Formats: sequence, structure tokens, C-alpha cells
Amino acid sequence: MAESTTLRLNGSVVSVTSTPDTPLLYVLTDELQLQGPRFGCGLAQCGACSVLVDGRELRSCVTPLAAIGAGAVTTLEGLPALLAERRQLAQVPEFTPLQQALIAVQAIQCGYCSNGMQIKATELLMQNPAPTEAVIRSALDGHLCRCGTYPKILEAIQRAAQAPGGAV
Amino acid sequence: MTRVTLTRRQLLQAGGTLVVSFPFLAQAQSREAQAGPPPADQIDSWIAIHADNTATVFIGFAELGQGCSTALLQVAAEELDLGMDQVRSVGLDTHVTPNQGGTYSSQAMRRGGPQVQRAAAEARQALLALAAERLQLPVSRLRVENGVVSGSGDDNAFVTYGELIGDRRFELAFSGTAPVKSPASYKLVGRPLPRHDIPPKVKGSYGFMHHQRLPGMLHGRIVRPRGQGAYKDGVQIRSVDASSIAGMPGVRVLRQGNFLGVVAPREWDAVQAAARLRVEWQQPASLPGNDALFARMEQSPPDDRIAREQGDLAALAGARVVSEFTGQGPYQAHAPFAPNCALADVRADSALVLCSTQDVYGTRGKLAALLGLPVPAVRVQYFEGAGTFGHSCWDDAAQAAALLSQLASAPVRVQFMRWDELGWDTYGPAHLGKVRVSADADGKLLTYEYEGWQHHWALVETTEQSAKGTPAAEWPAMAAQQINPLVLGGQYRIPHLKLLNHHVPGVDYLKGAWLRSPLDLSLAFVSEQAIDDLAFQLGLDPWQFRQRNILDERWAGVLDAAARAAGWQPRPAQSVAGAGPLRRGRGIGLGTHLASWGGAVAEVEVDMGTGRVRVLHLVGAIDAGRVVNPSNVEHQIIGQLVQTASRLLHEEVLFDTQQVTSTDWASYPILRFADAPRVTPVIVQRLEEPSLGAGEEVMAAAAAAIANAFFDATGKRMSAYPFTPARVLATLGRV
Ligand code: FES
Ligand code: FES
Repeated sequence: MAESTTLRLNGSVVSVTSTPDTPLLYVLTDELQLQGPRFGCGLAQCGACSVLVDGRELRSCVTPLAAIGAGAVTTLEGLPALLAERRQLAQVPEFTPLQQALIAVQAIQCGYCSNGMQIKATELLMQNPAPTEAVIRSALDGHLCRCGTYPKILEAIQRAAQAPGGAV
Repeated sequence: MTRVTLTRRQLLQAGGTLVVSFPFLAQAQSREAQAGPPPADQIDSWIAIHADNTATVFIGFAELGQGCSTALLQVAAEELDLGMDQVRSVGLDTHVTPNQGGTYSSQAMRRGGPQVQRAAAEARQALLALAAERLQLPVSRLRVENGVVSGSGDDNAFVTYGELIGDRRFELAFSGTAPVKSPASYKLVGRPLPRHDIPPKVKGSYGFMHHQRLPGMLHGRIVRPRGQGAYKDGVQIRSVDASSIAGMPGVRVLRQGNFLGVVAPREWDAVQAAARLRVEWQQPASLPGNDALFARMEQSPPDDRIAREQGDLAALAGARVVSEFTGQGPYQAHAPFAPNCALADVRADSALVLCSTQDVYGTRGKLAALLGLPVPAVRVQYFEGAGTFGHSCWDDAAQAAALLSQLASAPVRVQFMRWDELGWDTYGPAHLGKVRVSADADGKLLTYEYEGWQHHWALVETTEQSAKGTPAAEWPAMAAQQINPLVLGGQYRIPHLKLLNHHVPGVDYLKGAWLRSPLDLSLAFVSEQAIDDLAFQLGLDPWQFRQRNILDERWAGVLDAAARAAGWQPRPAQSVAGAGPLRRGRGIGLGTHLASWGGAVAEVEVDMGTGRVRVLHLVGAIDAGRVVNPSNVEHQIIGQLVQTASRLLHEEVLFDTQQVTSTDWASYPILRFADAPRVTPVIVQRLEEPSLGAGEEVMAAAAAAIANAFFDATGKRMSAYPFTPARVLATLGRV
């Protein structure tokens, strides 16, 4: 039996058997079968695989499990809980204000890029609750969208930033 | 849409049902025996009414992120008098959903809409007949709301659809007699209803193809050179050194002919094994490379077709102004944001294949041939991947998964790596076009001559070719598909016109296939720049010049809608003097795909010093007849505009004489967030007209508008795209 590693993930501590050199992406998708982080390039070029580690966006496709250490990993699945924790809400909401805004402006075509877009936008909005358009554009510039949904994602982030109490 | 995939063993225990949403078990079980597709002339093949007064609509089109599953449900709910929360669809499946053909050429609403509409109307008619009997009232006195049928008088008797037929079959053939509603009475069609797939996609609970699993499944990866060579005999393996991956846990190397792959229980092991396996390949250096591509195409042996001819080109002698223009469009990749993925469970006598094909039936036929199974023994289920915009590697991935499963005797999930998808795509073909147009002294178009060169679409997938040695073959050349007369002068009244296509044999080029709005960008790039140049030479505003020559009111509608939305003020091109390194320009263009009408206006900025071009704003107007869901179409327009900017500014498949070399996002860049243009989508809604495509009908116009805007900004015309800084500086004469 392979040795196990503990991982702080979405508010819990889980034990995984993937080898320490395994990129975090494959631990999350293959071993733990999460659906948020996903493969796009495996080359740190697209942002499909992004997760938050201690609130910072990280490309899980090129980060070995061993490099995570005691870092707290948040995936797309964990964004509502992260919001509840930050705001000390009694209940975890179904959607974050950012997610509500994405739904409201229908900022999804195929939606495959949405994981990375949400992770990066969450990182941004935690640091800067009222970013300008130029700041949003440059923060998200490392996240590709083949379907061309950028204008709607931009609109959703701007809208979310105006949510009472903040977006994330 | 919740779908549950059961193994065949679980299936047998569950009574033989393969993949269905749970509320529809009974319905799908009866379908299971048929080995699909269910007969299209039976109402039960299209619609099932459940006891809880909801309906399942069996739709034969793929949700590609374009929202067609929502829009087709709108059509069905409208005719059935149900609410949107009372209708749902199931996943596309050769054994469950009717065969509506492939989801391409913008056919979902054009062909699929009327089929679903008629089936729903027919079901409603049957339900009303049952209700009349139950309520002892003539049909003429019945009214329906949300699936509740009641008398229109003061008696308050009512009955629900669910009570009338819940979970039983109609057992009715299409009579073709059921009247459909008049557009004036529409309650759902024409409304911008939210897409039902968006909340789960935002949340991460949507089951993409990439999330599907089967028990006992292995992970597979294909092993190929990084980048395809010429389309001919496929790659040849010289040697495989299995010792290079010795000791990797559970990894197996599988081979059939020149098809090579690895499987492993853990995905990361499969990824590493595929990367580390030492293979010597034979790849002949028979490609032209980017540099010699167009010269080779132009010199290829003639296989000519005249696609359209009218009038007499000798009229050119009476022209006041003539414009000649030659343009080149590069090979471009589908480049889905996620490489294709497929999952197959191939047994001795049957196969189940899950993949992201846009045509489950076409894929099934090819799989059956590859696996040596009878067609009905192969079941193909569609699961959405990332937006694919045409024939990307979905068939190739499905075949690779199926073959590896057959060789491994276990279910195998194959995900292509980024370099597989970009390096082994069937690319949108390169194109060379020449146009000569003329106008008379009144500014009326007189003659139009076009000739163009491109090859057609590859017929054989790489997996099949490698495994079986199948010789390269192309789709039969069809002039109409290679030349789109709607883009080549078809927007205008032109008395004398000739369109000539030189078909280039596809062997020894790259594999080609349709890519969103196939060839139209390049055709419009050539044609609309020549038209624009006539306006320039005549000293006329390009919008007004087009108005003067426009063919009909549908074209005029999108032309004017785009110009007005852009706040276009008439003036000839190049009439505002630019100064300084940053020059701005605006351009207009018209074009479409095989139906519908598209018009666009672009505003660009050119850095004369660096050659960097930015598209600042794009307006795109579409007339697609009756637009069922305006919100969906707006998003489709936005996607097309951004993608067109990407294709005009950035995208080009790079290759040398041996192989493709652009195999990641650095070497095949696409438009990024910071440079995304402002976009203004415009819908010319025509509720009385039939629905036509709206997923690829404004790209040609937008490409033309961008090219013309470049001229307005700089006074030079780009003769090739993408507009890379090097190409721009060369055009500006600055290198
Ligand atoms: S998959 Fe990690 S950046 Fe693309
Ligand atoms: S919505 Fe498809 S990649 Fe962004």
C-alpha cells in the first residue's frame, strides 16, 4: 500500500495515496474525483486547473503534491464554504455572489474555463474588492477562454464587486 | 441534466438499462431493446409525458455550450403548453434519442426546431383528444395551461397530461396534421430564458465528458510524435523501447499496427509513461511548410469547378473602377479549451463509447468498422466537452479509447494531452483567394470574378489510419461546400459574376476539417476588402456604397443594424488624418455561413511602431429569422466576435516540412482577456420567418470589418492573417 499524505482541502483534512511527485491536479481529479479543477494544458498556460492555496491562485497541473505541505487548498467546490468562513455566515450558501453574477449575466458558454476564471477572480476580489476594469483584465489575462466569453465574465465580476458586503 | 452511467453488470441487474436519468427508466428500457435510433415517425420517440405532469423531450442535438438544449425545450414547451420547469431532455445517445443528424452547420434550430415543434404539436393534439373523452367536452372547448386541460366554459372540470397518459406510451405515428401555434401567440419562444445548464456549470456539478468514469477503468494516453506530418500514409513506428518505462506501476504498452498507446490504473502514471516511452518514428518531410504553402497550392494540378456564373465578364470593359485583391487564410486549429476525452468499454460482442462527438451516428459507424462489430452493437453517448467549434479530435479520441479498451480488455478513458489536440487536429484548411471586381460610374457593381484554392476535409481519423493502414482519403469534393456564394459577392446585386474553385488534392497537406464558419473568414477577408477598395476608389463611404449595391432587405437589415449600433458617421475610408504611432480605424463587412445574414463593424488600433494591432470594439448583427432565445443568440454573437478577433490577430498553425510545431498555447496563441474587444451584439428579430443558424453567421462579416478597419487606420491592406506584428510591419513597409 502506498504511503499516504494529508491534504487540507475545502475545510477538511483528507488523506491521499498519490505519490508526492504527482501534480496536485491528478490528486484532485483522479484520486478524489473533484470536478472543479480540470485539465486544460498541463503546462501552466491556461488556468483550467487553478485552485486557491492559502488564498493565492495556483496552477495545480504543475505543482507536485509534496509542494502543498500544510497549505489550505480551496477548489471551486469549496468557494461557497470559503465565503461563509470569511464572513462568518451560519450557513454555507449555494452560490457565492460572484457565482450569482455569473449566472445572472449568463457568463458561460461551454463553461469549461469557469473554474479558473472563478478561482482567479476570487483571489483578486479578496485582495481588491473594487477593482477597475483594467485591473480585472490584467489579473485574468493568464486565463484563457476559447469560447470568447471574456466580455461577459468581465461584466459578471464588475457586477459581483458591487454586491452588498462584497463578492467573495 | 443528471445522468448516471451504470456498468453493464449493474445494468443487467437493473433490467438492462444503460444510461438514463432515473425518472425515465421505464421509457429508456423500452428503447434499450431497439439498439437505436428510435423510429422518427413515432411520437414516443420524441416525447414522454410523466405521471407528475412533466415531459421528457428526446432531442437529437448536442449541447455544445450554445444553449440549444434550452432553446429546443422552449420550442417543445411552447407547443405543449407546459412551463419550462415541466420539461427536460436526456443526453444524446444512439439508443435513446432520435436521429436528427449531426449538430453542425448551425442546424440545431433550423432543422431541429421544426422537428421538435411538430412532434410536440402532435403530442398535444393526442393529449387533447384523450382529455376531450375524459372531460366529455369537444376539443374546441378545451384550454391548456401548464399541462392542465380544462373546459373553457364555467364548469371547472380539469385533467392533467400526467393523469391522461403518465408514463405510458402514445403508440401513435406522426399524422402530420397537428397544427402548430401562430407566432403571435408565443409565450416562451422569442424570450431570453436563462439556460438550464449554466447553474451547474458555475457550481462545478455539471458532468463534462472529462468527469465520466466506469468501474475498473484504466487511464489511457496515445503515443504519437508531437505534431502531425503530411496527411498520407500516417506515421510509421520504427521501434518501441519498452524498457524506457520499465518499473512504472501497472503501465502497459498497447499497439496495433502503427497505433500506440499506454494504459495505467493511475492517470498520472499514464501521462508520464506516454511522455517517457522511447519510440523512433518515421515521418517523411513532404509538407510544404508555412513558407511554401500557398505557392504549392497555386501550382497544384487543376481540378476546377465553376460554382456560379452569370452575365458576361466582358462587361468589365465598361467599368469606371477596378479592384484586384489576393488574400491568404492560414490553417487554424479548433483548439478546444480542454483537449478531447473519451471513455470506452469494448467487449467481445458490444461496445459502449462516451465521447464529445457532434454526430453520434457518424461516430458509431466509424467505431463499428474500426472494432469489427456490427453497427447496432455499438452504443455511443454524447457528453459535453469544452467548446469545440467543429471537427476537432473527438472522433480520434473516441477511436483511441475504443481501441485501447479492446486491446486492454478493460474500460479505458483517454484524454488527449494539449500537444495531441493541437498537434493532431483536423485543421480548418488554408485558403488562397483572388478577386477582381469592378463598378460603373454610378457606383454600381458591374463584374465580380473569384478564383480560389484549398483542399477538402480528411475522411480518415488518425487512430484508424495508424491501426489499419487505411489510405488517406478526402470527402468528395463539393464545389458548393468549398465556395460559399453567399460570401463571395452574394450580398450584392452584381450583373456579371463568375466563381471558380481550384480544388487542391489534400494528400501531402495537413488534415483538414470544418472549423466554425468553414472558409468563410478567408473568403470574406478577400472579397470584402476588394469591395471596400472600390468604395475607396470612388471616394464613397463604405456603408453607403454597400447600401447602393445591396441584394435585398435581409442583407440591408443587418448592414444598417450594425452601422447604426456602431454610430457610424458616413465618410470615405482614410479620410481622417492619423498622426503619432497609434492609428485608429473603423471598417464594415457583410457575410454569413450557409444561411442567415451577418453584418459587422470593427474599430481597431494599430501601433505603427511595433506592428501591434488591437481590436477595440466589434458590433455584430445577425438576422437568423425567428430567434427562439435572444439571450442565447446574443451570447453566440459575442463568442463569434471574440473568436474572429482571435483568428484574425493571433491564430496560425505552424509547421515545417516534417510536422506541425505549434502544439501549445505559447506557439498557438489565442486572444486573451486583456485584449478582448468591447462587443455589441445585435439581433434582427423576424418572428414570422423560419429559424436559421446563429452560431457561425457573423464571423465572415467580422473578419472583413477588422481587415477594412486596418485599411482605414493605415492606408494599407493586409493580404494575409493573422495580423502578427511581423506581418503588419512588413505590410506597412517598416522592415
Ligand atoms: S491545465 Fe494547468 S494551466 Fe492549463
Ligand atoms: S466558456 Fe468555453 S472555454 Fe470559456
